[in-house]
Amino acid sequence: MKALGRFFKSLFLLELLQGLRLTGRYLLDRKITIIYPEEKTPQSPRFRGLHAQRRYPNGEERCIACKLCEAVCPAMAITIEAEPREDGSRRTSRYEIDLTKCIFCGFCEESCPVDAIVETRVFEYFGDKRSDLVKSKEDLLAVGDQHETQIAADRAQDAPYR
Amino acid sequence: MADIEINGKTIKARDGVMVIEAADEAGITIPRFCYHEKLSVAASCRMCLVEVEKAPKPLPACATPVSDGMKVWTNSPRALAAQKNVMEFLLINHPLDCPICDQGGECELQDIAVGYGNDVSRFAEIKRVVKSNDIGPLIVTDFTRCIHCTRCVRFGQEIAGIRELGATGRGEHMEIGTYVEKSVSSELSGNIIDLCPVGSLTSKPFRFTARAWELTDSAAVSPHDCVGSNLTLQTRRNKVMRSLPRANEAINETWISDRDRFGYVGLNSEDRLRTPMIKVAGEWREIDWKTALEQVVKGVKKLIDTQGADQLGALVSPGATLEEMYLLQKLMRTLGSANIDHRLRQIDFSDQDLLPPFPWLGQNIEQLEKVNAALLIGSNVRKEQPIIGHRLRKAAIAGANIMFVNPVDFMFNFPVAEKLIGNPAQMVRTLAAIAKALLDITGEAAPEGLASLLENISVGDTELAIAERLKAAENATVLLGALAQGSQRLSSLRALSVLIAKLSGARFGQLSEGANSSGGWLAGAVPHRGPVGQKTSVTSLVDASVMLEHPLRGYLLMGVEPELDSSHPVAATKVLNEAEFVVSLTPFLSEQMKQYADVLLPISPFSETSGTFVNIEGRWQSFAGAVAPLGDSRPAWKVLRVLGNLFDLPGFEYISSEQVRDELKASCGQAESSAEVAWRCPADFNAVSVSLLRVGEVPIYATDALVRRSEPLQQTQDAMAAAVYLNESVATGLGLVDGDIAQVVQGGGSVWLPVVIDERVADGCTVIPAALPETAGLGAIHGPVDVSKN
Repeated sequence: MKALGRFFKSLFLLELLQGLRLTGRYLLDRKITIIYPEEKTPQSPRFRGLHAQRRYPNGEERCIACKLCEAVCPAMAITIEAEPREDGSRRTSRYEIDLTKCIFCGFCEESCPVDAIVETRVFEYFGDKRSDLVKSKEDLLAVGDQHETQIAADRAQDAPYR
Repeated sequence: MADIEINGKTIKARDGVMVIEAADEAGITIPRFCYHEKLSVAASCRMCLVEVEKAPKPLPACATPVSDGMKVWTNSPRALAAQKNVMEFLLINHPLDCPICDQGGECELQDIAVGYGNDVSRFAEIKRVVKSNDIGPLIVTDFTRCIHCTRCVRFGQEIAGIRELGATGRGEHMEIGTYVEKSVSSELSGNIIDLCPVGSLTSKPFRFTARAWELTDSAAVSPHDCVGSNLTLQTRRNKVMRSLPRANEAINETWISDRDRFGYVGLNSEDRLRTPMIKVAGEWREIDWKTALEQVVKGVKKLIDTQGADQLGALVSPGATLEEMYLLQKLMRTLGSANIDHRLRQIDFSDQDLLPPFPWLGQNIEQLEKVNAALLIGSNVRKEQPIIGHRLRKAAIAGANIMFVNPVDFMFNFPVAEKLIGNPAQMVRTLAAIAKALLDITGEAAPEGLASLLENISVGDTELAIAERLKAAENATVLLGALAQGSQRLSSLRALSVLIAKLSGARFGQLSEGANSSGGWLAGAVPHRGPVGQKTSVTSLVDASVMLEHPLRGYLLMGVEPELDSSHPVAATKVLNEAEFVVSLTPFLSEQMKQYADVLLPISPFSETSGTFVNIEGRWQSFAGAVAPLGDSRPAWKVLRVLGNLFDLPGFEYISSEQVRDELKASCGQAESSAEVAWRCPADFNAVSVSLLRVGEVPIYATDALVRRSEPLQQTQDAMAAAVYLNESVATGLGLVDGDIAQVVQGGGSVWLPVVIDERVADGCTVIPAALPETAGLGAIHGPVDVSKN
């Protein structure tokens, strides 16, 4: 009896038609794929992309070289050297993030007492060489300067939950 | 012994100790800020409040003595509540600037706040802000962070002996500061950085450079003085970031001198030599090790073939390790030359055959604080060996009579019972007078030859008083200091000091220069004796000063800058410039070195090599390198070992510095510490008749090449300025007034130096500091000098 059932199923291509029905449904359904890079998916304000260093509105860099991000980084991607700046304030003389090591966990951002190191929504970046992916302080500050409006808006949006 | 119960655990506590000490010994932690085991009890922070049975209120554990049957709870709800409340008060005014505070990560307040602090402060008012003042190049202050534990104030009073920091005002208005606007200038001042439980006092050279959690600790031994203070070198990414004390009750307790604490800055100096260099036709060229070493071998072989091995000499710094000295003397002796010396600032070598195997303190450093009387001869112990000075200070405070025979009335931070300040030429007579007084007191017969010399010596009141005090003391010591070691009459001074010690029943001891002078003697880095005091068969003895007076054709220098480190800078420079072949193994490069050397080999300073220092107690202290050698520099023992191989000499197959040490140690057995010096009567007690004698004091921060390159130390008050220091009457006699620029002529050299009137300097002499670049153009650091107005 079982063998008979199988015979008819395969004779009338029932399983194939079942599959084709699903295909047909999606064929006529609303499309969810996007045409990258012309179209982009929406991002959360908590998106963790490329890092940036922020400045205060008066142009002063925020980072005070407390080295908490360096300490918390689970991938050891951050390297900091610090010294007193000419005006006596505590500043980094070297701040590097090795993006080839970074796992984008966001701990650096979370540990920062002055919101200096942040992760932006930028995820489209590349490097010709490995060394291009070691971002120096200048690189990071430049990213921050470029995206400050977005960064500030995102922090403000997330503020009630922090 | 008292039986007390802490947290239900019964412990035996010594009578009279405070509860906190008993708890510490039993391993029970009580939070504290103001209490420190080495300081007096202030009981001001109240953090150590504990509950005591039958006490109506919680009591401070640091100020509550134990009593039999006492029951204490350190973590009962009541004790905890008290501690938490104290913490809340402390945090009211403490700023929340941990991210920019250097103490962050090693802060006692931070640590204890995690356990006892509230997460939210109930104090909404404005926090106080306190003005911080600049107290010098070593320490940064930020008194807003201060929690008024007064550890620094008590340290100044009790340990450093200078009341420099103090507290003014009360309660919230209490402020720590210098009474008068001035910098802190104690030679132990850096210790308040360690004492400060918060970030009020932090290190200036270390400022903002690293966090405690990034640093790796390595044990090291101080390379600056004969005490051998134990250090912890903290390193990061192959760089020494700072130097901290490592507690060793027998040597440095928990303190170190500023020289040991901030000397490390010189390790990262621009002057470091990174690659071997050779001089080709007057031009310096960087070169690889192989070629450089081959050049050395070629040059030395040529010299030996043409001039003979005895035309080769070696000068080694007294701060070199035992292994380095041993290998260098082995190399020299195997090559056939015994001309090796580490006593660079010594002039008088005439009693060297009588001396014990190595210079010894005559006792343990710890014993020094137990003495009842001490006579120091030619010593500025406080600046020369700050830790020994500290031990003597402890003794002095306990009532000991500390006495000095010095050419300068140095400032000491303890009461000085008697002092004889006189022209160094008179020092022998002074000691003879003390000896005469002692002979009279004891009624013993004068040793051979002395009686006739003593006839025309008159004993003054002070000499008599010194003799009496030494004799009366149950536990006395006579110490020969660094100024005496450089004296032209060293052998007479030593003979008389030993005699004085013997007659008064005191222990005789020496305070040598450099970290490893004792090691130098043991390793055989002296011309007349091989390792461990073996007598050598060499007949012509060429010691450091003779080597300079009767020039040799070739020199090996190890860690030495002869223009600064030698007893006669002008002669040293001249001799080296005229020599055919000079090889300098050195961690640092200097302009003079470029002139006289032919080959420069970069060697590692103490932080980058393994080695051993033998301190003045005869204690062997080995250490491993903290960081890898900088650039192409290499540990000197490796360089010497390879040189030995390249010369095809037997016995240079070592694979570790421990092997070298063990070889020496095996032949040493346990080299007896002995202060026995056989008697040899001084020829006469006549003072050298010169109008003006130079006292070439080596300033505290100019003792060795490393310290000289530590910038923060050079900016301190203790870093003596190069000048002619003399007293008013001597100056008037020369027609000089304070601030004049005088011409100093000595030993074929002449320099212009400012005149400073200093009443501490004795008549007939002038202090012109040695080991400074400005005075490198002068002759004998202890000797006749001409000072004139033009």
